[in-house]
Amino acid sequence: MAEVERDPVSGRDTTGHEWNGIKELDTPVPRGVLIFLIVTHLWALVWWFLVPAWPLGTTYTRGLLGIDQRTTVEARVVEGQQERAAWTARLETEAYDSVLADESLMQTVRATGRQLFGDNCAACHGRDGKGRANYPDLTDDDWLWGGGPELIEQTLRYGINTRHPDTRIAQMPAFGRDEMLDRNQVRSVAAYVYSLTHPDYSTAENLERIEAGREVFVTTCAACHGENAQGSGEVGAPNLTDSRWVYGGDLDTIIASVHGGRQGHMPTWDERLTTAEIRTLALYVHDLGTQQP
Amino acid sequence: MIGQLTSSERQNAAVIAVVVAIAGMVMAALGRSDALGVHGVIVMLFAGGVLYILMSTFYEPEPTEDREASYYDDPIKVGIALSMAWAVFGMFMGVWVAAQLAWPDLAFDAGWSSFGRLRPTHTTGVIFGFGGNALIATSFHVVQRTSRARLAGQISPWFVLLGYNLFCVLAVSGYLIGVTQSKEYAEAEWYADLWLVVVWVTYFILYIRTIARRKEPHIYVANWYFMAFILVVAILHIVNNLALPVSWGHAKSYTIWPGVQDAMVQWWYGHNAVAFFLTAGFLGMLYYYLPVRAQRPIFSYRLSILSFWGITFFYMWAGSHHLHYTALPHWVQTLGMTFSVMLLVPSWASAGNALLTLNGAWHRVRDDATLRFMMAAAVFYGLSTFEGSFMAIRPVNSLSHYTDWTVGHVHAGALGWVALITFGSLYTLVPSLWKRERMYSAALVEVHFWLAIAGTLIYVFAMWNSGIIQGLMWRTYTEEGALAYSFVDSLVAMYPYYIARAFGGLLFLIGAVVGCYNIWMTVRALPAAVAAGADVPVTPVAIPGE
Repeated sequence: MAEVERDPVSGRDTTGHEWNGIKELDTPVPRGVLIFLIVTHLWALVWWFLVPAWPLGTTYTRGLLGIDQRTTVEARVVEGQQERAAWTARLETEAYDSVLADESLMQTVRATGRQLFGDNCAACHGRDGKGRANYPDLTDDDWLWGGGPELIEQTLRYGINTRHPDTRIAQMPAFGRDEMLDRNQVRSVAAYVYSLTHPDYSTAENLERIEAGREVFVTTCAACHGENAQGSGEVGAPNLTDSRWVYGGDLDTIIASVHGGRQGHMPTWDERLTTAEIRTLALYVHDLGTQQP
Repeated sequence: MIGQLTSSERQNAAVIAVVVAIAGMVMAALGRSDALGVHGVIVMLFAGGVLYILMSTFYEPEPTEDREASYYDDPIKVGIALSMAWAVFGMFMGVWVAAQLAWPDLAFDAGWSSFGRLRPTHTTGVIFGFGGNALIATSFHVVQRTSRARLAGQISPWFVLLGYNLFCVLAVSGYLIGVTQSKEYAEAEWYADLWLVVVWVTYFILYIRTIARRKEPHIYVANWYFMAFILVVAILHIVNNLALPVSWGHAKSYTIWPGVQDAMVQWWYGHNAVAFFLTAGFLGMLYYYLPVRAQRPIFSYRLSILSFWGITFFYMWAGSHHLHYTALPHWVQTLGMTFSVMLLVPSWASAGNALLTLNGAWHRVRDDATLRFMMAAAVFYGLSTFEGSFMAIRPVNSLSHYTDWTVGHVHAGALGWVALITFGSLYTLVPSLWKRERMYSAALVEVHFWLAIAGTLIYVFAMWNSGIIQGLMWRTYTEEGALAYSFVDSLVAMYPYYIARAFGGLLFLIGAVVGCYNIWMTVRALPAAVAAGADVPVTPVAIPGE
């Protein structure tokens, strides 16, 4: 509808089209655009010749370089394993004592263990290994199943209360809910356990209850936690006389534990991590425990 | 709202609303033990609401004038309002999920407000709610003006607009109650997808028929892009959402695509959603509102042709660059990478064509924040298309993939390009549509511009930094050949950037709220100023000389 006219700013002609006042200039495609276009196409062409690119029925052009991502990644994995072999081989075969004695190897264990711990253990035990409510602190000297690297390896490998045939099994029964103890006995034994770590709780008015609790403890709890209530690594029964608690050491939580029982869970890592990784973590966690009294 | 419909058209519209309501009732009955039932109730409420509006104005006087002598602007006005409402909703959700990444407690321990459910309400809210409504509204405006013809339907524009919003409501409400296909940007389940097919085919037919009525010998570039947008989105949507529902009474369905083919189809869809929804459609906007606002002719018609066909052809191949170093065969990755790089020149040609169109109007860019919105959009378009092609190169991708760099790249495009061109277009369109001389406050447009620019830059720089740090931390090895950092270490390093990102998003959201107020006041507080009559289609009577 509109006529071709000259644009005063650019000096170009319009195409003669007009839509509600919009016009277009008939500017040729700038040479730079065409050159750039050719460059990108040549770049693509080179790639097509060098690497797998175009489908041909049931196969495809393989490329002059003979590269394929599958073989590349396989080679890289082997390369990485070889790079690590110097120390992973030692970790797999050497006794823990000799690894612990070798400070330079322990440096590697600490660096690698920190990353492995962060990716696999930190979700429950925290990045620093200090645990949180219901998940044990791994940096102290208080261990449910023992803090030696061999024992930690066993826990890591088979887990606690897992489906692995060699799993560690620990179960604190629900004494109250399952009616093994009556309401009064639950409160008494909880009061006794509480008094172990809170001497000032043993006041004259509580003394009777604590004494009744002690009797319940000896007949019911001592089998796992021991007469002196210091626990047993054999069955994963915690020491009840220290200040470290997995589920909480206040009176209400102790009552809840006796009433409803406790059954912790730690996954088995046997098939998810390599032997070298498990042993690295065992040493790393052991090392965490020795760092503070 | 229905003042322009004749009495028989009002009856037809009521019949459609009743049919949709009955469909909702059937969904509610069949899915009474499932989330499908909830959606049936939502469909009934939506259709009932439309029916209520129809019936309460049913007996208003019918239009007396010749409708072909005026453009059909009512659906456009509602579309703009819906678009801005979705913008505020979607951007608020974005700020919320961004804040959750820095402070996870903001999920408040509830299922509906967990990150996994809110994140798609953000993406659907901004892409489909804000972007989609803006595209429908502006495409209705542009096609009428550049064809100098009224839309080829009286009910169908309303059907497209409201039907599309019903889809968005079903999608977003579904995420909150746990309904999802788990396909990114295609999360809505099978019944919502089927509904969108009906709506979208109606949109396509309406658009084609309007173009066929045009009084201009040529089809303007903006319409090429809008048509490509409508056609290709239909193809993408249908192919990617082919699925079998578990039963007619369940919201859950399973895709028909197996394994890696599913991944490939999904990213063919995903990347072309970027191409044809977020690029082609908004280029249609740019090609109309930028030259109108700048009062300059398009720099080069030939460049328009080159970039249009380059973009439509090359984008189709590029999707596999989302699946580098995966189970997808190497050769498919090579094709995705090389076509992504070849795509760069046509993309830059579009951005360049827009910027060179501003030659002779740079003083307007300086003085007019509305035009500056569109100029900045073209710059961000150029930046993010370069970045996209660069990130598609396999070795670069091995660093950038799965990191926040991707998120930053997407937002350089979504905030910098899509949202800026939309705001620029709406600030041009609103006064002309409501026959106002100007926007209510030029100062508030200026405020919105700087909030949007500051928000985008803070966001994108934060994500560039965090993404590259992440990528490097994940690939750093110790001298012994073991990984130096655990994943949580990289999360700790992200923390300050996540705060910065949430702050950038907040600025952008505030800008959108300012825009809403300005549009509202333009409609409510300014007197009609522009003489009516200039902005009308060419009717056969009006040009007896031809």
